Amino acid sequence: MSVLYGKPESLNDVPFTFCPGCTHGLTLKLVASVIDEMDMGDDTISVGCVGCGGYMPWFMNVDTIFSLHGRAPANATGVKRMNPDKLVFTYQGDGDLASIGTAEIIHAAHRGEKFTTIFVNNTTYGMTGGQMAPTTLIGQKTTTSPYGRDAGLCGQPLHICELLSTIDGAKYIERVAVDSPVSVRKAKKAIRKAFECQMAGAGFSLIEILSTCPTNWGMSPLESLERIRTEMIPAYPLGVFKDWEEGDK
Amino acid sequence: MKFNIIFNHEECKGCELCIPWCKFELISFDKSRLNKKGVHPAMIAHPEKCVGCGNCALMCPDAIITIEKTEEDRSQGKEG
Ligand SMILES: Cc1ncc(C[n+]2csc(CCOP(=O)(O)OP(=O)(O)O)c2C)c(N)n1
Ligand code: SF4
Ligand code: SF4
Repeated sequence: MSVLYGKPESLNDVPFTFCPGCTHGLTLKLVASVIDEMDMGDDTISVGCVGCGGYMPWFMNVDTIFSLHGRAPANATGVKRMNPDKLVFTYQGDGDLASIGTAEIIHAAHRGEKFTTIFVNNTTYGMTGGQMAPTTLIGQKTTTSPYGRDAGLCGQPLHICELLSTIDGAKYIERVAVDSPVSVRKAKKAIRKAFECQMAGAGFSLIEILSTCPTNWGMSPLESLERIRTEMIPAYPLGVFKDWEEGDK
Repeated sequence: MKFNIIFNHEECKGCELCIPWCKFELISFDKSRLNKKGVHPAMIAHPEKCVGCGNCALMCPDAIITIEKTEEDRSQGKEG
């Protein structure tokens, strides 16, 4: 008997407290199964953030340090510099990374810090009740943009992968989605590649995951996956923005 | 049966994300019962028809679906 699919060992045996159908759960499962596959469970240090993703340390069966809002890349810098042989990653939402933590993420990439960021973009501040984020789409209604986001007032959505890929210290940057089994399998490969890039000592790596927040979007979980396809992917094209291959420096 | 497909029924949140990807439409909600969360949990009516593709388990955000290969064949690794 062999287990083909199941709860990865790098997850604790506690139920996720995310809302029903929230893809934070799916994403944590992918991160944990990549850690299992690389046999790095005892050699991983995760860096938690503020937001719904901030529950990650409770759910993952790896060592953890928790951060103030947006500051995970600063903590990860210290953790990785002192522990260069460990797999170090931050797990951050779009409010955390693309709003309050913009300076930290840009300068971590700029310094070429050798950790990985898993960036969960659900176009809103989930935990605090669905406010507008820099990543909110044009026309999207949130509690702080009740008539829909207006580009004239609030600018265009911020494209983190495109922005970071202009920075030399960033070595692997990819945007993926989790809207179907095919996309989820691709997302898992992307996470693996980013972790490999880190362990090869190449530099900074980031995977942006187009994700859902059914509760604050006011949609069912399946409608939310559909919204990733019909609204998010056209605004946030998927793909590799900075490529790295084994052997590259 | 080539595959055991096991649901942790009590932890199912009834989100439906496991349902649409099965090309044999094997997964549905068990309307005859409620779990401790107060939802009709996902179930498989005809496990003998399952081909072990893993789509349902892969899409479950709460990792409540486990799929085991019953024959001694370790050629495929665990996908998560
Ligand atoms: C310094 C500080 N400012 C504001 C907050 C309130 N706060 C908590 S979570 C959050 C937004 C999180 O949104 P996001 O990063 O998109 O994560 P999600 O919950 O959507 O996964 C905010 C503003 C805080 N905890 N600390
Ligand atoms: S509020 Fe949104 S992001 Fe947070 S757990 Fe619920 S669905 Fe997920
Ligand atoms: S593993 Fe594939 S075939 Fe089996 S029930 Fe799940 S989706 Fe259907």
